[in-house]
Amino acid sequence: MQTLVAYVENKPGVLNRVSSLARRLAINIDSLTVGPTDNPQIARMTIVAHTDEKGGHRLEASLEKLVDVLLAENISERSLLERDLALIKVLADQQSRPHLMELIKVFRARVVDVAPESLIIEVSGTVDKIDGLLEVLRPFGVLEMARSGRISMTRGGDLLRPPAPRETQAPAVVTR
Amino acid sequence: MKLTGAEILCESLTKLGVQHIFGYPGGAILPVYDALGKSKLHHILVRHEQGATHMADGYARATGGVGVAMATSGPGATNMVTGIATAMLDSSPVVCITGQVSSKLLGSDAFQEIDITGITMPITKHNVVVSRAEDIARTVREAFIIANTGRPGPVLVDITKDAQQASCEFDWEASTPKLPQKRVRNDHNQEEFDRAVELLNTAKRPIILAGRGIMLSGAMRAFEQFVRTCDIPVAMTLLGIGCFPASDPMNLGMMGMHGEAWVNHAIQESDLLIAVGMRFDDRVTGDLRTYAKGARKIHIEIDRAEINKNVKVDAALIGDARETLEKLIPHIVNPDRAPWLAHIRELRGDSAVRDIQSLPDNGHLYAAHVINDLWKETRGEAIVVTDVGQHQMWEAQYYHHNQPRTLITSGGLGTMGFALPAAIGAKFAKPDSEVWVVVGDGGFQMTMCELATIVQEKINIKIAIINNGFLGMVRQWQEFFYDKRYVATPLVAPDFAALANAFGIRGERITARADVLPTIRSARESKETVLIDFRVEQEDSVYPMVPAGASLHEMIRRPNNPLVETATEP
Ligand SMILES: Cc1cc2nc3c(=O)[nH]c(=O)nc-3n(C[C@H](O)[C@H](O)[C@H](O)COP(=O)(O)OP(=O)(O)OC[C@H]3O[C@@H](n4cnc5c(N)ncnc54)[C@H](O)[C@@H]3O)c2cc1C
Ligand SMILES: Cc1ncc(C[n+]2csc(CCOP(=O)(O)OP(=O)(O)O)c2C)c(N)n1
Ligand SMILES: [Mg+2]
Repeated sequence: MQTLVAYVENKPGVLNRVSSLARRLAINIDSLTVGPTDNPQIARMTIVAHTDEKGGHRLEASLEKLVDVLLAENISERSLLERDLALIKVLADQQSRPHLMELIKVFRARVVDVAPESLIIEVSGTVDKIDGLLEVLRPFGVLEMARSGRISMTRGGDLLRPPAPRETQAPAVVTR
Repeated sequence: MKLTGAEILCESLTKLGVQHIFGYPGGAILPVYDALGKSKLHHILVRHEQGATHMADGYARATGGVGVAMATSGPGATNMVTGIATAMLDSSPVVCITGQVSSKLLGSDAFQEIDITGITMPITKHNVVVSRAEDIARTVREAFIIANTGRPGPVLVDITKDAQQASCEFDWEASTPKLPQKRVRNDHNQEEFDRAVELLNTAKRPIILAGRGIMLSGAMRAFEQFVRTCDIPVAMTLLGIGCFPASDPMNLGMMGMHGEAWVNHAIQESDLLIAVGMRFDDRVTGDLRTYAKGARKIHIEIDRAEINKNVKVDAALIGDARETLEKLIPHIVNPDRAPWLAHIRELRGDSAVRDIQSLPDNGHLYAAHVINDLWKETRGEAIVVTDVGQHQMWEAQYYHHNQPRTLITSGGLGTMGFALPAAIGAKFAKPDSEVWVVVGDGGFQMTMCELATIVQEKINIKIAIINNGFLGMVRQWQEFFYDKRYVATPLVAPDFAALANAFGIRGERITARADVLPTIRSARESKETVLIDFRVEQEDSVYPMVPAGASLHEMIRRPNNPLVETATEP
């Protein structure tokens, strides 16, 4: 599993280019999340791919060749913070409710919706933590689940920023 | 100045230095054609849009500049796909302009609407839809930059019809490119550089692998100086041919599947490979597990994605070939290569068996004879555009190119039908050069409609059809690996000479070896296009051959008496 971060132009079609590239390289994407950055023109992606280090390098280098990708970096070997968010709708009757509440506390999850027959639980954390919660919820009856996919950030002073905008562009004459 | 989008396109192309556009009209691009008529641009009407893309590609390969192809929406655009893929795999700077239905119809399955940017996403370096006249000039400028910087490649610009028709202010100065601002990596890695120098200065049996990147970088002079300084013999990839003179004693010849036996043996025995602007294609390496096992590897390459893709390297020098070579040269201490060079000469000695000169003339015509005569007669100075198949390999083996960009061929995609249109493009790029097409009877039938383009444009190229009555390269595989079951490879063809005549082109048919030279001579004297149908040996094969997936040193060699073994009526 390889984790990459990419800064891309925040415009239509870019997601398609990125996913199409991974498909062309025969690299399976496990999760891909996109969201705008503090600069609305630029979006940040976290890509988790089913591949080895070599594939991670290839994906990184190939991504960076795309015109709309400003920066791509394989951060798998770095010290990372990873987060996944899940909403889990689980069956909850009078009997099971107390047990559920207990588990939710242990996992530091929250109940965000209560209905007579069910609860929606919001949990964020590492993939393992969410998988763990899911495991213990399963016997109660999981009705529905939505996961955001992973977002990652390198820790501390290890900054990954898009290049600062320049005012001028290189001259447009192409001679070789 | 207020202009229509179509006029802006023509103005922009003119400003970018474009003189020729290869294309085919249709409804969705008609406004541009109307504007073309009023411009100074020379539009070459092709007979199939695939031809237009190959012509633009041939144009680009002959000069290093950008070639431009144009087509209408829908079927016009989809006909370009093969040509775009061909340019992509060989890193050729081609800009394709397609018409698109009006922006308000986009997504409605309108007449001749096709999502050509979607279709070509994996086979272009970049593509873009333009739906506003205001964006045309900037986008076209950007397309030219993208196509021909870094590792070159095709770019497609899809322009909606309403954008072509709308009028807006045209200000070239203000339409500056606004390409996304990417991080600039500092590719120079001193550690890798020092390691490369160390490897270069300590190797005992080094070989340089020279690829097309040298040509793309314009590094020919630096490369020659590099070879002289380190005194290391050079093996060429198919697409590298021409970047270093074939006549140079340090040039060993082509490597790989149909490379010279001694070259492949030398590579397998080497202790250092210096790959310059080549991408270790599987036709070059054979089985990767056994490829140059005793060799350390240095890779000089502009594209980071190529590093360690197929072959794990010991020192990666990422960047432009010329710059890197120039940086390396001062660090080289010239060691004694005599024993290694002598050993390679020994390896070479064993290959005389397949030398064309040792084949007796028993009345049969061999493709190798034709190519060899063509080489001698043109003194190796023609631009030769080859198609795909056996004749392509024979050309690479027997035509000795001394100048860069004089062999134009589809290597990565191996596109049959490439040669004739690509040669037309090359001729427009280099009108004063002699251009020869070397093409098989199969591939010629794929794009022979472009003969009409030749006539309409009154251009002068020479066409040598190596007519063996087979899809020869496939037949060869069937002979070697499928017990000679020739399924779907015997091939009926029209009388090519008569066909040429029907187009208004002089046609000749040659069956005897003695007639080859005189016919080539008389074709060269003509100021018009001449087509020569060389009826060659039907079941000859290209040797040596590394079977697909086999180790590079496991070559099938030419049987000792090929004439007796393979002779059939031509
Ligand atoms: C029937 C058939 C048989 C074939 N048999 C053989 C064979 O026997 N031997 C053989 O060699 N080939 C053979 N080929 C061709 C083969 O498939 C490849 O196309 C070819 O080997 C690629 O050569 P290349 O790596 O030099 O060029 P390319 O594929 O064009 O690669 C060029 C490399 O240079 C890099 N580059 C570009 N610009 C620069 C720059 N400025 N500075 C540095 N690097 C740069 C690019 O990034 C790329 O990696 C055959 C093809 C066919 C169709
Ligand atoms: C468009 C396309 N279709 C199929 C192939 C597969 N192919 C490779 S070589 C070859 C035979 C070419 O025959 P011909 O043009 O007669 O040349 P020869 O090998 O006989 O010299 C074929 C069919 C290809 N390379 N391109
Ligand atoms: Mg043939």
